Amino acid sequence: MAMDNVTVETLVDWLARFDSAVTEQRDYLTELDSAIGDADHGANMARGMTAVMESIGAVHPGTVGELLKTVGMTLVSSVGGASGPLYGTFFLRMGIASGSVTELAAPDLERALRAGLEGVVQRGKAELGDKTMYDTFFPALEAYAAAVAAGSDAGPAIEAAARAAEEGRDATGPMIARKGRASYLGERSIGHLDPGATSAAMLLSTLAIAIAR
Amino acid sequence: MKKFINDPASVLADALNGIAKAHPDQTVDFKNRVIYRAAPKEAGKVALISGGGSGHEPLHGGFVGYGMLDAACAGEVFTSPTPDQMLEATNTVNRGAGVLHIVKNYTGDVLNFEMAAELAAAEGIEVASVVVNDDVAVEDSTWTAGRRGVGLTVLLEKIVGAASEEGRDLAAIVALAEKVNANGRSMGIALTSCTVPAVGKPTFDLPEDQMEVGVGIHGEPGRSRVAIEPASKIAERLVTPILADFQFGDGPVIVMLNGLGGTPLIELYLMYAEVAKLLEQAGVSVARVLVGNYITSLDMQGCSVTILKVDDELLGLWDAPVSTPGIRWGI
Repeated sequence: MAMDNVTVETLVDWLARFDSAVTEQRDYLTELDSAIGDADHGANMARGMTAVMESIGAVHPGTVGELLKTVGMTLVSSVGGASGPLYGTFFLRMGIASGSVTELAAPDLERALRAGLEGVVQRGKAELGDKTMYDTFFPALEAYAAAVAAGSDAGPAIEAAARAAEEGRDATGPMIARKGRASYLGERSIGHLDPGATSAAMLLSTLAIAIAR
Repeated sequence: MKKFINDPASVLADALNGIAKAHPDQTVDFKNRVIYRAAPKEAGKVALISGGGSGHEPLHGGFVGYGMLDAACAGEVFTSPTPDQMLEATNTVNRGAGVLHIVKNYTGDVLNFEMAAELAAAEGIEVASVVVNDDVAVEDSTWTAGRRGVGLTVLLEKIVGAASEEGRDLAAIVALAEKVNANGRSMGIALTSCTVPAVGKPTFDLPEDQMEVGVGIHGEPGRSRVAIEPASKIAERLVTPILADFQFGDGPVIVMLNGLGGTPLIELYLMYAEVAKLLEQAGVSVARVLVGNYITSLDMQGCSVTILKVDDELLGLWDAPVSTPGIRWGI
């Protein structure tokens, strides 16, 4: 076993950290969503991740594929709104791409993240600059892939991805929303961070922390 | 907030309980939050499912019954239901001839129904979808999530429901649904905001002397905010953009003057008088009319107008017997 491989245990730790992050930041995410959406992103994500931790506790998934598919299905059935299908699809596709392995090497994690992101794009049909979670995910994946191509292990690569995710999130501030309910605000959406881009940055930063441990 | 509730968190569950007790022709799956016909449609007929956030009653559960929907999935107030609910409903109502999902164009609803359709297809059920997008208040749909699905949904569920009772196949039902969606337009106006029970305060601030023109059914902003006017002027703000957006010719049309939940029927009839006058002036003949609360936005004061251009086919289907808690005639 390579030292830097990402195990099922690490992924469960990641999900627990993401659960804590969205629960702690619940009001902040809702506040972002009140400005340009329908004020339910914090509550929906917190409810969804609480349900995820309960499912994992009940199922005890043994493989990466089983774990991530459980996460995806739980999010899809507990979140509602637009975030449920988008985050749900992200994890489902990651799980399908990973299959029944018990750990992921750096290139395997890249393949899984890419499959997840492709699912999000297919589902949400967002393009770069639409002020969505894609504006966080895309640069993060690029940074991860570049680091892996340069020979990095998963740890440093995901740290680069988390930094790129935060820059991507911050870049949604000046954008005009072109997807979801925020799009009805047109130019009035300028100056607000996108809530989905913000929770997506938390997803990557918690993964970086979990892998670094 | 002054509302008839026990606990803000249990509003939907408590209301579903009331629906189950009030309407013996319907059954409620409390776990999955789906409302079904008590007597399922016979085998070989296309089944119709709709659903969406709650708070728009009678839409959609009130339209479950003979001549309209087979099932309605209820989400939390103003939040889309989830794919597992829709999948359960799809499996339950499928009578072997396929299932149509009727979806209002809101991102959450569209994505959740899309996932449900994929899951159902993977289980071997033939599923088609129609996305209703009739709200002319959203002008630039190239750069937004597109026009919202509002009042036309009611008319579409009635017309397509009649066709499914006739035994038309799924392809014909889809074509009919697209035809209705292509020929109808809506526009709404709010005099007050609504209050979501779980939030406890009005969704948006609307000063006493202002109104929101082109409001969405969740209180989304519309085209403009203007000072309140006499009903005759307000009717113009509703009818003019609809007539400007689609060539209704000399009709005939079906008109729905819909209350958003907090406006008394006397005002809705008063508004309909103004709308009828404008249509007469425009030379559009009105064949059928609905006035009342059909697609609401909780306690919002306001109304919307929906106009659908019809031919003999659509009119015949409109007049066909229907028996639901929300609409009932010919039976």
